[in-house]
Amino acid sequence: MPVLNLSGLHKRFGGLVAVNDVSFEVPRGSIIGLIGPNGAGKTTVFNLITGNYTPDQGDIFFNGKKINGLLPHKIVKLGIARTFQNIRLFQEMSALENVLAGRHGKMNVGILASMFHTSRHRREEQLALERAIKELAFVGLEEQYGNLARNLSYGNQRLLEIARAMAADPQLLILDEPAGGMNEQETQDLLGLIATIRNMGISILLIEHDMTLVMKICDYLVVLEYGAVIATGPPAEIKRNPLVIEAYLGSDDEDD
Amino acid sequence: MIEFFQQFTNGLAVGGIYALIALGYTMVYGVLKLINFAHGDLFTFGSYLGMTFLISFALSGALPPVLAVVIMFLMVMGCVALSGYLLEKAAYLPLRHTPRLTAVVSALGASIFLQNAIMLFYGPNYEVYPDSLRISSSVNLLGLDVPVMRIIMLSISILLMLALYFFTQKTKLGTAIRAVATDQAAARLMGIDVNRIISLVFMIGPALGGAAGVLLGLYYGQIRYDMGTMYGLKAFIAAIIGGIGNIPGAMLGGMLLGVLEAMGAAYISPAWKDALAFLILIIILIFRPTGILGERTAEKI
Amino acid sequence: MKIASKLQLAGAGVILLVLPHVAGPYWTNLLNDMGLYTILGLSLNLILGQAGLFHMGHTAFYAVGAYTTAILATKFDVPILWTMPLSGLLAGLFALLAARPVIHLRGDYLLVVTIGIVEIVRITLVNNVFGLTGGSNGLLIVNPISIFGFEIFRPIHFYYLILALAVITIILFYLLHNSRFGRALNYIKHDELAAESSGINTTHYKLSVFALGAVWAGMLGTIFAAKIETVSPQSFSYSESVLLFAIVILGGPGSIPGVLLGAFLITGLPELFRELQSFRLLLFGAAMVAMMIFRPQGLIPPRRRVYDVQKYLARFPCAISSRVPNSGAGTAGTPAPNPSTAGAE
Repeated sequence: MPVLNLSGLHKRFGGLVAVNDVSFEVPRGSIIGLIGPNGAGKTTVFNLITGNYTPDQGDIFFNGKKINGLLPHKIVKLGIARTFQNIRLFQEMSALENVLAGRHGKMNVGILASMFHTSRHRREEQLALERAIKELAFVGLEEQYGNLARNLSYGNQRLLEIARAMAADPQLLILDEPAGGMNEQETQDLLGLIATIRNMGISILLIEHDMTLVMKICDYLVVLEYGAVIATGPPAEIKRNPLVIEAYLGSDDEDD
Repeated sequence: MIEFFQQFTNGLAVGGIYALIALGYTMVYGVLKLINFAHGDLFTFGSYLGMTFLISFALSGALPPVLAVVIMFLMVMGCVALSGYLLEKAAYLPLRHTPRLTAVVSALGASIFLQNAIMLFYGPNYEVYPDSLRISSSVNLLGLDVPVMRIIMLSISILLMLALYFFTQKTKLGTAIRAVATDQAAARLMGIDVNRIISLVFMIGPALGGAAGVLLGLYYGQIRYDMGTMYGLKAFIAAIIGGIGNIPGAMLGGMLLGVLEAMGAAYISPAWKDALAFLILIIILIFRPTGILGERTAEKI
Repeated sequence: MKIASKLQLAGAGVILLVLPHVAGPYWTNLLNDMGLYTILGLSLNLILGQAGLFHMGHTAFYAVGAYTTAILATKFDVPILWTMPLSGLLAGLFALLAARPVIHLRGDYLLVVTIGIVEIVRITLVNNVFGLTGGSNGLLIVNPISIFGFEIFRPIHFYYLILALAVITIILFYLLHNSRFGRALNYIKHDELAAESSGINTTHYKLSVFALGAVWAGMLGTIFAAKIETVSPQSFSYSESVLLFAIVILGGPGSIPGVLLGAFLITGLPELFRELQSFRLLLFGAAMVAMMIFRPQGLIPPRRRVYDVQKYLARFPCAISSRVPNSGAGTAGTPAPNPSTAGAE
């Protein structure tokens, strides 16, 4: 069973059809790239999967269970974590606290235990701190744990978002332009990081404009144009697909 | 039936006041996405200014009544417009690029400041509008007695609203206001001086609010320094009912709220009149948060 | 430094304990009012300061508590102290019911709705619903609070009762701030969508904090009712809500010392300078505008939480080759399996 399965997704905003009959699946343990020109509806597809939008039509299955209509935090709890195209960290909080946010859904103590700092609360808090440091170390930000998120470099902020997502124990990680704004070296590092995550058994779905990165790392690509899937296949095949070439050449190259 | 008709016209007259104030809220919300909490107090200010002009400058005695009222209206609208302009420069301009809610707090502060300034100056008690200008006669309309004052009020508010509507729809400056409300960045790229337009909005809205203040003084005959809070909140609710940011929506919402309140007071209970507006607000926000004429937009993620 | 601050705390404690004996009944009464505003401000601070929810209806919850006590004490002769938990509970329940349908609203809309809640509650009280609330005259409480037979009716009695409540409140809210719950509120304040997308049930937390703040305000309503003896709608007007709002915003949203300072400045200072009384609100208004322009974080902004994580540092591998030299993970092309990261529950 694929980890994620989209079937016939539709989403309209007013008169605009943002997502038009999109279906594809993410096999377990694979890296799938979602590509396409700007305004093709890629981020909207992500927002549908993560529950930030609800589809007008169609279904989303995660591990065979229908998840459309669930609230985002429920979907995170089931095992889908994400990053954002325009970084959405808690800018005025420390790197450590940002990662703790991702761990939040795995903690259980309630309001009274929190207010009286019961021993259960302290134990759980310690485990969460340990785990948060582990995730920070994993993306190489361990030393920066006390710094405010807004004081991190752009590339490090993207890594911090990944650490926050990883702290939620995802089975599927959704990355929205993870290399956006990164330099050459950082992009190379990111490639290694993504490969490591996959080798831990976590499936990855990503949007990326850096075609070298996409071609190098993805097992399979899904190409969107005007909200519809125009091609799917392994990178080598997609590269030669005339429809894809036309979609890309026919559009300008600004950022979304 | 007579009762219903009387309540209906009364509702329309008060609704006209709500609508005029609501326009100020909705226009500011359109360009700045800010609830200008001090707007209700500018309305009060206009009401007090009108009284001062009538009494101190002996406008009511020296000139023919119609001319006196017209001059007073223009003076009040000009002065309140100037206050609105200064308010924006002092309390909102420095906060243009901070989180939205700091501006909301600043607006609350400005409201408290204005209200207490009015109280310190005019005193905490009810003040009375000169009786000589308050026409107490009624005319017979389709077999029903309607106070002349109601008709005058409704006509003036409709006149002002029509003027605003044509200004925003048909003139270049009005188009610029709509452009800034739709997309500030794009408007700037088109060569529109956004700061000037915002200043303009902060003059037009308060001018209309000030006019509403005078109308209220003429209608009820007495005013108080803190009335702006309740009228302001109700006018804001009217703007939400119509769809915030939408100019015809504010007019519609104001009239609707005025009539609903009058009906509620007559057929449910006058004691619950003030709670009704808030109840309507909560219901609207639950079922149609964009109001009657507002458009739904998706949150950008 | 540690010892110095402990001494400071002890000094403040001694002063607070001795103060009413020096001050006399008039000033003690004033201190009691300040104390009530302080605790109310702290409870509002959870909602407004910690979670960033623009709530201006706190007096509505206070009113529910005060009236619960007044009604039970006058109509059913229940001892006042016994009504305190019920006052808290009912206020919390009311907060849940009132906030549930509007909790998704954005900041400024929520503000207007919460003002509406205060107004609706006040009008309900004035209209003497079910003949229980005594209309605009309110209810007169005759029997005093009694704790184990000791009757509390003098200002100095109330002083120690309110002081004890304030100390308990500060300690509990401080612990709450440094907990999972407190962090969740801050995530919501800074970016609600990111919080929800990180796995935090934002609606649950927003409702919980409303309920918690209301429970506190409700319990305080009991003390207020006993102290003031006549519970009437004027005490719970919109302007009282504005005052509480200003205490939190000026003092420092999210900061306990900030709220303490705010409560002192707004309720205490005008009493010290009586000639300023009539200018008090005028100055608040101007101060609110000036604060937003020059110091939007408040007079004493919240301090950042401190985490002791030294023992966890340098124990975990890094998956990025160019970063940490002692990285346990291999190079980018051949990632080493990382079993320890997968399931640390």
